[in-house]
Amino acid sequence: MVALLPALGLLGGALQVGPVHLGADPVRTLIHECGIWTLRLLWLTLLITPLRELTGLNDLLRLRRMLGLFAFFYALLHMAAWVWLDQGLDGAVIVSEVIKRPYLALGMTAVLLMVPLAVTSTNAMMRRLRKRWLVLHRLIYVIALLGIWHFWWQVKKDIREPLVYALLLALLLGYRLVKAAAIRRAKARSALATARGKTAAPAP
Amino acid sequence: MSRPYGPHILPSDITPEAVFMDRRRVLAQGLAAGALLGAATPLTALAADAAATDRYKAPRNARYSVTDTPNSYEEITGYNNFYEFGTDKSDPAANARNFKPTPWTVTVDGECEVKGSFALEDLLSPQTLEERVYRMRCVEAWSMVIPWVGFPLAELLKRYKPTSKAKYVAFTTLNDAKQMPGQRERVLDWPYVEGLRIDEAMHPLTLLAVGVYGKVLPNQSGAPLRLVVPWKYGFKGIKSIVRISFVEQQPRTSWSHAAPNEYGFYANVNPAVDHPRWSQASERHIGGGLLAKRQATLPFNGYGAEVASLYQGMDLRRFF
Ligand code: HEM
Repeated sequence: MVALLPALGLLGGALQVGPVHLGADPVRTLIHECGIWTLRLLWLTLLITPLRELTGLNDLLRLRRMLGLFAFFYALLHMAAWVWLDQGLDGAVIVSEVIKRPYLALGMTAVLLMVPLAVTSTNAMMRRLRKRWLVLHRLIYVIALLGIWHFWWQVKKDIREPLVYALLLALLLGYRLVKAAAIRRAKARSALATARGKTAAPAP
Repeated sequence: MSRPYGPHILPSDITPEAVFMDRRRVLAQGLAAGALLGAATPLTALAADAAATDRYKAPRNARYSVTDTPNSYEEITGYNNFYEFGTDKSDPAANARNFKPTPWTVTVDGECEVKGSFALEDLLSPQTLEERVYRMRCVEAWSMVIPWVGFPLAELLKRYKPTSKAKYVAFTTLNDAKQMPGQRERVLDWPYVEGLRIDEAMHPLTLLAVGVYGKVLPNQSGAPLRLVVPWKYGFKGIKSIVRISFVEQQPRTSWSHAAPNEYGFYANVNPAVDHPRWSQASERHIGGGLLAKRQATLPFNGYGAEVASLYQGMDLRRFF
C-alpha cells in the first residue's frame, strides 16, 4: 500500500492539490517519476528472495507479488504518460518512434514481458502451472536487464544514477548466481561422495 | 508560416509587471518563511533579489522580438540546463546561490588588434541595452519564450577589431569548482567551451545577454554575461563567459566533443535531423500544462528568413 504513495503524490501534483509539484515540465516529471518507481519496485521485488533466505522471514514472500504488480502498474503509468500526455496518442508517430529508438523498443519489450507475469500472478495460476510458473517468472531477470538498459540509454551524459541502479541489480543477480553455483558444487560433492562411498566400502 | 517576429507587439503579450511583482512577493514570502524555519540561504537570496530589481529595464526591440507570450520568470529561471551547477534542470536554481558574478573579468584574445582582460563594467559601458523576446529551443525537445536584455554580440566584437584570420569566435565559461559544484564531477570536459563561425557571431540576431525580464541575470541563468543564439539549440548559448577568443580553426566545443554523433558544432534547430535518441520534429512548450499538445519545431527555430542564407550550399544533415 505504501507503494501507492508516489502515484497519489503525482496525481495530486497533476491536479495541483497537495504537496507535490510537477515543476515547469509536468509531463516530463510524470514520465521520469513513474519510470524510476517502476525500476525501484522491480528491484525491491528481486530483493525479497535474498532477504527471505538471509533472514529466514518467510512472510516476506507475500510481499513479492504485490511489489511485482505495483512495478507493472508504474510501468503502465510511465508508458501511458509518454503515449498519451507526451505524444498525444498519435499512433503513427508512436510506432515510428518505438521502432526508431532502441531505448524505447527495449522499454516496450520489458513492459510486454511483464504482461504474462501479471496475468499468471494469481494463486490459481500458480497451482495450475507449477514448475512452468517458476520458469515463466524467471522472465523477471530479463525484464530487469531490459529496464536498466533502457534507463542507461536514455541518459544524455550523466550516467551516475543508472550506474547506481545497475550496481544494485548486479548485487541482486550476483547473489543468485553465487547461490546457484554453490548448490551445483554441493550437488557435485555429494554425488562424488556417494560414488566414492560405493568404491571404498564394497557391499558386503 | 508567417514570420515569427515583427513590429506588432501588444503590451498584453508580455506578462504584466503587476502579476510579475505579485509572484515575486509570493516567492519572497516563501523565502522569508524559509528563513524563519532556520534555513541559512534565503536572506542572502532576498538581498540579491532586491539588488536585481529592474536594473536592466530596457526598451523592446520589436524588429527582433517574437510576438509569442513569454514564459514566466519562475519557469525561465527555475528550469534550465547549466551542468556547472548539476545535471538536473532544477539544480541550477538550487545550487547557484553562492556563485559570485561580481567582480567579473572577461579576457578578449586571439586574432584581433585590441586584446586584454577587461572588467565587465568596461566591457558593457559603451553598449546600449535592449530587450528582445526570443524563442529558445532546447536540444532535449522542449522550448520557451524568453525576454532577454542585452546587446548584439557584433557590436562588442567590432570594438576589438578582429583580423582577417578571425574565422571563428570561441567562448569559455568560468572554471571554478568552488563556486560551481557541478564541475566537481567530470560529466563534461570543463571548462565549457562554445563557438560560432564569425558570420554567425556577427549576425544581428546573436545576442549577449545580461538580464531577463528587465532584471539582472540570476546566477542560474548564466550571470553575469551569456550568449543567446535563437536559431540554434540552447546549449550553444554559453553562460558565465570569462573569455572570448578570435580563432582561425573551428573550436572544440563541449557537447560536440563529448558526443560527436549526437551534438554538432552548428546545432541549428532542424526538425528534419533527429537526435539519434529522439525526434526533433516537435517540441513540448513549457507552461502548456499536462494536456498541451506538442508543437511543430520550425527550421532554424522560426528564424529561417533571417539566417538560412548563412548556410547556403551546406549539407545540413552532415553539418548538424
Ligand atoms: C519495465 C519497463 C520500463 C522501465 C523499468 C523504465 C524505466 C525508465 C527509467 C528509470 C527512466 C528514466 C527516468 C529518470 O531519469 O528519472 C525512463 C525514461 C523513459 N522511458 Fe521508460 N521504462 C520502461 C518502459 C518504457 C516504455 C514501454 C516506454 C514507452 C514506450 C518508455 C519510455 C520512456 C521515456 C520516453 C523516457 C524518458 C526519456 C527522456 O526523458 O529523454 N519506458 N524509463
